[in-house]
Amino acid sequence: MARLRGLGGAAFSLAVTLLGLLFVTFIISRVVPIDPVIAIVGERASEAQIEAARVALGLDKPLWQQFFIFVGNALQGDLGTSIRTGEPVIQAVARAFPATLELATLATILGVIAGVPAGVLAATRPGSLADHFVRLVGLMGYSMPVFWLGLIGLLLFYGVLGWVGGPGRLDAAFDMFYEFEVTPYTGMILIDTALAGRWDMFVNAISHIILPAGLLGYVSMAYISRMTRSFMMNELGQEYITTARVKGMPEWRVIWVHAMRNVMVPLITVIALSYAYLLEGSVLTETIFAWPGLGSYITDALLVNDMPAVLGGTVVVGVAFVVLNLVSDLLYRLVDPRAR
Amino acid sequence: MTFDLTARRFGLAATAALMLGAAPVALLAETPADALVIADAIDDIVSLDPQEAYEFSGLDVVNNVYDGLVELDPSQPTGPQPGLAESWEVSEDGKTFTFKMKSGITFSSGNPVTAEDAAFSLRRAVKINKSPAFILNQFGWTAENVDEMVTAEGDTVVLKVDQPYAPTFLYNCLTAGVASVVDMKTVMEHEVNGDMGNEWLKTNSAGTGAFILKSYKPNEGYLLEARQGHWRGDAKVKSVFMRHVPEAATQRLLLEKGDIDIARELTPVDIEGIAGNADLKIQKDVGGQIFYLSFNQKNENYKNEKFLDAMRWAIDYQGLADTVLKGNMVVHQAFLPKGYLGALEDTPYSLDVEKAKALLAESGVQNPKVVMDVRNAADRMEMAQSIQNTFGQAGIEVELNIGEGAEQLKRYRARQHDATLQSWGPDYPDPQTNAGSFAWNPDNADEAKVGTLAWRNAYDPGKLNDMTSAAVMERDGDKRKAMYEEEQKLHRETSPFIVMFQIGYNSAMRSNVSGFYTGGAIDSAAYWLVTK
Repeated sequence: MARLRGLGGAAFSLAVTLLGLLFVTFIISRVVPIDPVIAIVGERASEAQIEAARVALGLDKPLWQQFFIFVGNALQGDLGTSIRTGEPVIQAVARAFPATLELATLATILGVIAGVPAGVLAATRPGSLADHFVRLVGLMGYSMPVFWLGLIGLLLFYGVLGWVGGPGRLDAAFDMFYEFEVTPYTGMILIDTALAGRWDMFVNAISHIILPAGLLGYVSMAYISRMTRSFMMNELGQEYITTARVKGMPEWRVIWVHAMRNVMVPLITVIALSYAYLLEGSVLTETIFAWPGLGSYITDALLVNDMPAVLGGTVVVGVAFVVLNLVSDLLYRLVDPRAR
Repeated sequence: MTFDLTARRFGLAATAALMLGAAPVALLAETPADALVIADAIDDIVSLDPQEAYEFSGLDVVNNVYDGLVELDPSQPTGPQPGLAESWEVSEDGKTFTFKMKSGITFSSGNPVTAEDAAFSLRRAVKINKSPAFILNQFGWTAENVDEMVTAEGDTVVLKVDQPYAPTFLYNCLTAGVASVVDMKTVMEHEVNGDMGNEWLKTNSAGTGAFILKSYKPNEGYLLEARQGHWRGDAKVKSVFMRHVPEAATQRLLLEKGDIDIARELTPVDIEGIAGNADLKIQKDVGGQIFYLSFNQKNENYKNEKFLDAMRWAIDYQGLADTVLKGNMVVHQAFLPKGYLGALEDTPYSLDVEKAKALLAESGVQNPKVVMDVRNAADRMEMAQSIQNTFGQAGIEVELNIGEGAEQLKRYRARQHDATLQSWGPDYPDPQTNAGSFAWNPDNADEAKVGTLAWRNAYDPGKLNDMTSAAVMERDGDKRKAMYEEEQKLHRETSPFIVMFQIGYNSAMRSNVSGFYTGGAIDSAAYWLVTK
């Protein structure tokens, strides 16, 4: 019963969050002093064509009416049609989001694999060379512009060394015929090519994703390692740790079992936040790597005031945020009995 | 001790994880031998329906997938050539044009091309009334009368026009994408809610061109597949794959590594950077877009010819072209871009601060201040800053009003600007396209909303109005050319427009690629001649 109530509460909070998100985005999109119609009809259109476009887009209706129409359609899975491309937004987002999801997921996995041990290492040997090193690497990760790192990375690993594939999700030779050869079950190339048994494409896709994912993973590692370090240092100063050590417990157990259990709770939030941040789509990274993800979709749309596309993209990001929140809530309960 | 070991192990694990990320797993592939791979920014595409497409990237596709009654021939760039029509004639009164269709040409569906298809396509353009429809509306064709004005009789298409226009005017307009011939049967099979197949044609093709549109994903790319037996000769490559790569530095890297064959959006810096690379070559070309300053004559100062002249001599045209705009633009000082019938290629104005000062003094304009609207794009802002600087030297203060493009366009269209730095791309390959905009404004009243560039600047072209109207009716080609030349001279000396530059195209490609035609100022790209 309690669990059911929990689920109901979650659904309610999801609905309220989304509605709020829609409302705010919608209002912002309508108060900016930019006329989307001109962007669509172009410089030469006559007044009559402009007016016709305005009516066709429903922009002649009162604001509140436009909002309700938008929410009503969104509930039915219709996020409108992109002004710029004439493509249904849901279709474009369905293509862009998996690209971002694939990249963000891999980046987060890399970030956690590298960040958590690095943070622990630094925390257990404060002031040591290792600590300074981890902190320096972390500092670089969140102070160096991603744009620059991306270009340098491309230049070095793709341009000079030729270790990785170039920008884009696949080599042109695979990319051209991809949609005719692989069924896009998930839209994530790594998964779809594996399902199709196209290991040549899979390997090629890995070579393309590894650099942007490594780059974003590095940024996320910088954040995760810093937070892990501070959480862990905090725990290691606690009395129960001293007790465990006095009892002669092996140090790895003290750290990875006793302290880690408590570090996990705030760490889940940190990881979820960093993941959510990447899911919004890292615009600059996507641009440099010609990665057709959600970030570049929303940004491109914003630049030409393509509001249906911006709103649609925002809704998807919002849903991703809420879902991640939900998942981290569940994970809390799993690792922390007090939260059950 | 245990601790140390453990810590070291963590360190190793972390290092290993990072190493894994950089492991050499890539199998670097060259582009396929029978495919042409191009990188460009193609996010301007709104539709690939030839009767709707009106953006550079979209028209590139249209040019390769469709043909019109008359065509511009990349190998013979001397005006309209036979396309799907083999010959044509014009009646005595100049108001009826008859086109005889070639026989034996088929659409990609296999359907034969008939005169009815051609007539249908022109009527369709007028009826669905998308952005480029006005190119055809100029001949007096409206949704109501087009069924009578455009008809098919046997193997001929008969076009009636409302005035005896210059025949070249019609032929030139018929080379535009909007006049492409579509496969009536196929298109109408896909009609939804009376849209004449518009929704379907946005992402599919039904033409006679050298290629068919195999797939199109907005903001990702498109794939064209060559057809067998194209009337102009088969394409030399089997397919063309366009990748949307917005970032120039990324395009350059892809090109250097051989992952693409052609990069179309490199910056001057990139072009310079690859200059010494033997694997690559650069093809220079001009496009149709021109950059100009214009001044709203609601401000009386801008009716003062001496003052306008002072400003013409206060711009460092060549300096800008050589430095910030390096290779991306060439100096051009008349409203018809190079490549157009009658275009003026001389450049009489240059930076002469003393002359500008003297002219300003003569003009009697005291402490002039120009408020200049500029789009927030890097090249435009740099251009504007240079102008601000040289105008300043001549004693003309400039305040830059930098803003978002669409918003500034709105102000411009509403005649709310003082001065503006703008660009203009011609709509179709006939001089009337620019003459009708820069030098034509039959009613200068606010309510008239004529919409031409002349009107937007509250500029009454006076005599130029008549010259524009006369040139578009002149049936002798040579005379028509001379008329435009004279008109441009007068325009650049008296109008509140200062045309400064024409855009340059720098297409960088692998050195084994040849035969790439960008279309220059008057046409779109042609892929069927490319070999690699």
